[in-house]
Amino acid sequence: MSSPSSSNHAALETLAAARWRIGLGLTAAMTAIYVVFILLIAYGKGFLGRLLAPGLSIGIALGVLVILAAWALILVYVRWANDHYDREVAVIRGGRR
Amino acid sequence: MSGAIGEPNALAMLFFFVFIAASLGITWFAARRTKTTEDFYAAGRSVTAVQNGLALAGDYMSAASFLGIAGLVALSGFDGLIYSIGFLVGWPVVLCLIAEPLRNLGRYTFADVVAFRLQQRPVRVASAFGGLAVIAFYLIAQMVGAGNLIRLLFGLSYEMAVIIVGAVMLAYVLFGGMLATTWVQIVKAVLLMSGAALLALMVLAQYAFNPLALFADAAATFGPSVLAPGRLVSDPIDAISLGIALMFGTAGLPHILMRFYTVPDARTARVSVAYATAAIGLFYLFTFILGFGAMVIVGQDAIRAIDAGGNMAAPLLAEAVGGQAFLGFIAAVAFATILAVVAGLTLAGAAALSHDIWVSVVRRGHADGGEQLLVARGATILLAIVSILLGIAFKGQNVAYMVGLAFAIAASANFPALLLSMFWKPFTTRGAVASIVVGTASALLLIYFSPTIQVDLLKHTSALVPLRNPGIISIPLSFVVGIVVSLAMPEAEAAAKFAATERQLHLGEEA
Repeated sequence: MSSPSSSNHAALETLAAARWRIGLGLTAAMTAIYVVFILLIAYGKGFLGRLLAPGLSIGIALGVLVILAAWALILVYVRWANDHYDREVAVIRGGRR
Repeated sequence: MSGAIGEPNALAMLFFFVFIAASLGITWFAARRTKTTEDFYAAGRSVTAVQNGLALAGDYMSAASFLGIAGLVALSGFDGLIYSIGFLVGWPVVLCLIAEPLRNLGRYTFADVVAFRLQQRPVRVASAFGGLAVIAFYLIAQMVGAGNLIRLLFGLSYEMAVIIVGAVMLAYVLFGGMLATTWVQIVKAVLLMSGAALLALMVLAQYAFNPLALFADAAATFGPSVLAPGRLVSDPIDAISLGIALMFGTAGLPHILMRFYTVPDARTARVSVAYATAAIGLFYLFTFILGFGAMVIVGQDAIRAIDAGGNMAAPLLAEAVGGQAFLGFIAAVAFATILAVVAGLTLAGAAALSHDIWVSVVRRGHADGGEQLLVARGATILLAIVSILLGIAFKGQNVAYMVGLAFAIAASANFPALLLSMFWKPFTTRGAVASIVVGTASALLLIYFSPTIQVDLLKHTSALVPLRNPGIISIPLSFVVGIVVSLAMPEAEAAAKFAATERQLHLGEEA
């Protein structure tokens, strides 16, 4: 195992920062969506009880949307990581060999 | 409605014995392939993304999800859905912050990761303590749930049910290790998903496959308030506290984290979370239909008459739409669900006791494979006996409350130390130990002084702490203590190893 070159080290630092930013950003997004949902439940009971269609209250629609949002955030991360992150990891590994 | 719940149900017994026989067959097969510690704890790292996704779903969807949430929705409508959603939103956190680094840095337990660049022994003891605390409360919840359910579904005595669950689970883990446990989770996840889907379809068939028609019928019969938030969330701070405990607790559950070691690499770990979340989210969407379906088709009074907590809503619904045979199938699925979760928890506990405490602390890393396996199997037997005793001792405890406790401790004790050790360079051994100890202790103390214990249980007129859920205090506190202690007493060695940690975190073992 050779000692990592400085450019290699810099590439890893850049990748680590990017991963941290995306991971933290998506976590913050999920937290914000969920906290807003809870606050609406606490303070907007009337609003959430309003009907969009027979049987469909705003609360139920938003509840389904929160689940869909969790799926969407996971899809965003998996696509970023499968396309971008894995390629960068391969480059950094290859550059060292 | 004349229910057959609580009577010994021959079909339920039959389905249940088929499941037990099939799962013991899997165990026999897995036992022949379980020779090393790598096999026992991590299924030889041979599990695929789809398999691990289903196994994660199997580990996560406990009987509380299936029976508890369906019951809550049936009895209180929209309020029950808050739980469905809260249990799902933790998964993006697991994916974005924890799953891949954990796979690259550790071998068997999450303590491997926390201890990676810190001093092994103090960190391992603290992590094992935090992990076992979570496992204990989670196990109590599952065992108590098992005892009650099986008494209601099969007519067996509570103690008998707890002993059966403990003994069958022991067979899976002891002989088949992680491979058998993984396959039991997969079979259970498929059974649970298809059972819930079938039940939802049979309900929707009465409404021309339009869920809105079902919800409208519920609103017409029980009033429009069932589609709106009610009394469950009266204090927003308490609700947010529960919410963040559920969110970050998922990322601190030892039996969930351990699953990421069963896959070959970080990419597989990542993709498996996507499959798991798809399955779990879909299942929670089914609970909307099951809950409102039970409310309308079975009726709230009939559900309350069998069990005041509403836990029998889904089985009653199965009987109403599919008769005795379908009730038997759903009852067997509920039993299988509990068995699988208990097996996953026991394996995670055995790994903490043998890998973290015995091998790393007592033997300082010098134990050969044979000895490690022997200790792991000994720890499994010990945990099976302890879980049976705990199940009997805590008879009558509130299951949802115990699960809430487990999530609160996981979020306060394990999650902050895990995150800081991986991403924050100045983190130290003392910081880690302080964060875990303060996280666990503050969560336990806050719960003890909360209205749930002081007013509901001990019948005092007021409680010292107004919160029912400690998360909003104990999670930030654990982070702050970890950071302050680390900054006050720096550890040069830990900081020096950060670059190597970061390399392995991203590039994997071969880097």
